[in-house]
Amino acid sequence: MTEPVLSIRDLTVEIPTRQGLFKPVRNVTYDIRPGEIRGVVGESGAGKSMTGNAVIGLLDAPAKVASGEIWLKGRRIDNLNAEEKRAIRGKEIGMIFQDPLTSLNPLFTIGEQLVETIQLHLKVSASEARDRALALLERVSIPDPVTRFNQYPHQFSGGMRQRVVIALALCSEPSVIVADEPTTALDVSIQAQVLDLIKELASETQVGVILVTHDMGVIADTTEQVTVMYAGQVVESGSTDQVLSAPTHAYTKSLIAAVPRPQVKLHRFPQVSYGNRETTFKIEDLARNWAQTAPSKSGKLLQVQGVTKKFIEKPAILPSRRRYFTAVDNVSFDIKDGEVFGLVGESGSGKSTVARMIGTLLPTDGGAIQFDGDDITTMEPKALAEYRKQIQMIFQDPFSSLNPRMKVESIVAEPLIHHKLLPPDQISARVRELLDRVGLTREAAAKYPHEFSGGQRQRISIARALATQPRFLICDEPTSALDVSIQAQILNILKDLQEHLGLTMLFISHDLPVVRQMCDRVGVMKQGKLVELQETEALFANPQQEYTAELLDLMPRLAQLSG
Amino acid sequence: MTDQPLVPETKAAPSRLRRALDSDLFYAFRRSPVAMISSAVAVGLILMAVFAPFFAVTNPFDPASLNLMNGFTPPMEPNAFTGETFFMGTDDQGRDVYSTILYGMRISLFVGFSAVLFAVVLGIILGLLAGYYGGWADSFIMRAADVQLTFPAILVAMLIFGIAKGITPVEHRDQMAIWVLILAIGLSDWVQFARVVRGATLVEKNKDYVSAARLIGRGSSLIMIRHILPNILSPVLVIATISLALAIIAEATLSFLGVGAPPTQPSLGTLIRVGQGYLFSGEWWILFFPACTLLALALSVNLLGDWLRDALNPRLK
Repeated sequence: MTEPVLSIRDLTVEIPTRQGLFKPVRNVTYDIRPGEIRGVVGESGAGKSMTGNAVIGLLDAPAKVASGEIWLKGRRIDNLNAEEKRAIRGKEIGMIFQDPLTSLNPLFTIGEQLVETIQLHLKVSASEARDRALALLERVSIPDPVTRFNQYPHQFSGGMRQRVVIALALCSEPSVIVADEPTTALDVSIQAQVLDLIKELASETQVGVILVTHDMGVIADTTEQVTVMYAGQVVESGSTDQVLSAPTHAYTKSLIAAVPRPQVKLHRFPQVSYGNRETTFKIEDLARNWAQTAPSKSGKLLQVQGVTKKFIEKPAILPSRRRYFTAVDNVSFDIKDGEVFGLVGESGSGKSTVARMIGTLLPTDGGAIQFDGDDITTMEPKALAEYRKQIQMIFQDPFSSLNPRMKVESIVAEPLIHHKLLPPDQISARVRELLDRVGLTREAAAKYPHEFSGGQRQRISIARALATQPRFLICDEPTSALDVSIQAQILNILKDLQEHLGLTMLFISHDLPVVRQMCDRVGVMKQGKLVELQETEALFANPQQEYTAELLDLMPRLAQLSG
Repeated sequence: MTDQPLVPETKAAPSRLRRALDSDLFYAFRRSPVAMISSAVAVGLILMAVFAPFFAVTNPFDPASLNLMNGFTPPMEPNAFTGETFFMGTDDQGRDVYSTILYGMRISLFVGFSAVLFAVVLGIILGLLAGYYGGWADSFIMRAADVQLTFPAILVAMLIFGIAKGITPVEHRDQMAIWVLILAIGLSDWVQFARVVRGATLVEKNKDYVSAARLIGRGSSLIMIRHILPNILSPVLVIATISLALAIIAEATLSFLGVGAPPTQPSLGTLIRVGQGYLFSGEWWILFFPACTLLALALSVNLLGDWLRDALNPRLK
């Protein structure tokens, strides 16, 4: 076995806070060998990025390395001064950050940024640096590098930008690259390409890669070695095959079990049971008090007919001179009573726009949306109020969907108060009941949203959505901002709602394994058009469109490893 | 030193005061000597102004308590005729400078607070409307703001003052002066509030909690007041504090120029104007003490505002 290029030994990072010393990283040890990709996986707050930042010497004050050692090619680097660390950073250790939009300077061309970095680290002439830069662009598979060389970052797509960032990281021929969630901000299709590129480069240039991610699929696909972190500590470390197929630690086991499998349809999502986080969700209580609603007249609760949405791309005073961008183009589908209808597609495919039009948050530019036979696009205000009582929505980001200045009680009570569903003296009791049923304590009512974790906030969102006892629930990427461990809880709650209350749902997601578990029928959207609509099983087994097949092909292939 | 448990234990809800004393803001406050000193000075001056009758030696506006013989008494020296001693001396009419400062500060502060309040309310309303509705409402309000900004604040204030002076009858002019001052300073100040509120509203209105409220069917005005407004108040508070210092100075400037508070109701600015006439004849105290008070007041409020801006900005932590 070759010597490790980077060794982290017993690393502990401390942050002094008002409440005492907080240690986000405790006694972390791992090695990276040349050409090896080491995955560091764990949920948010597990300390995986903090470890990466300690390695590149970019800990934000007051965080500091309290004990432990970091060795790079036989040289200890954790105790160097700022100047020496700066010399190593970029030269010996390359970095790839999550957001390719902010890690490139928008005011310089790609070429200028590459040449500058190359000249900074390697003593070469300007023309030599240019040749090197072009070769690097070629190396990271950017088509037509000579033209691209003189373009600015905004002229590149997200995936292309991340390629440029990778090229920048490779400029100085580093021995280690720290890639912190390099594909989280990218679409699935581009994610696969970028990961393949990193894999290729690692084996070709013998650079060691630390790949920090929360996505087990990425780990399974890309890495050779994996380190699992939980609450600042390494709980398990070893070769990826071994850790994924025969995990020894309870946390790793439940983490792997919680990843939705694309192949099989399960009844419930397995939860991450490590750490005392299991919460009870009292669906039976909720079902008992649920007002039974009559089935819709036609058996189809919602009918979307040829809906179109255009956004103004270039504004002008004269309507004829305006230019429009068609976000949703003639989309039609029906949702039957009690059905969970999935809508999938890449970002920008218009799926959220459809949801917002159904939720009356955006006006339509043509077509009709019929709810139980009545077109909501032409409704009178009074009928519209009645409609709004019957629909609710769960949003993607639990941090922005709750008003930070309102107490949880007022948040959950708002629909009740607005629709005058209960006399004022009963509202408080109902709110506490709702919170209790989504697995939160009654004391939660008096707190503010920031006192809760992402998963708890999403449950507050669900409590708010259930307050009016809606017939139809729109879920717009309800779990994509959450960790895998919490994702399972939320999805189980939604599944229970559907089964026990017969709630009809529109479920929007880009995560195909989740869609397979949740939905009865699935529509695939691409560039504003609905390209395919099938029963879930049929779609996954036998996609009719090439695009759908491509999407399916890109699903994380974790299950192949762990069986 | 102990390790912090990763999952904080749930505690019983502490009282409001306990929470305020425990807050990060109060913690930052205790750690900043500038903030502590400037707030002590500001609060001290404001209290002395509010409770002026208790702190003042005489009521300078009560003609019965005045003795012209006391005129031009230097500080801490007995008057040549009456033998009375005044801590900060007396002015030309024999009024105790210390007492006139307290009463003058009352007017300065009243004008300052009211003008800022007026500007904040106007700025918030217009900023919310512009930010929330966008389109022509936004264009109209923000162009009006741009036009407003092209006039120096003092010029606007003098213009309004001039118009008001022309249309009010002579006998009401002195009473009108204070209100005209408030209107003038407030009108020249609303633009910055409107701009900040509009910017913050543009950010907040696209957040999902606003969508959630719209989905429920809440009306626009309710969403603006109940949902958006509480979330944009902290920058407004910061600017308001800094504006307060500027409004006090603006009031003093206008009064100094003779278009502000009348000599019968002198503010700090009026006192300075009166005092500057005697500066070169040796009676320095008539100018010096009101000017120092104005400086201390404006500086402490301004420093407090600066500190508040930094403390509330998470990026600077």
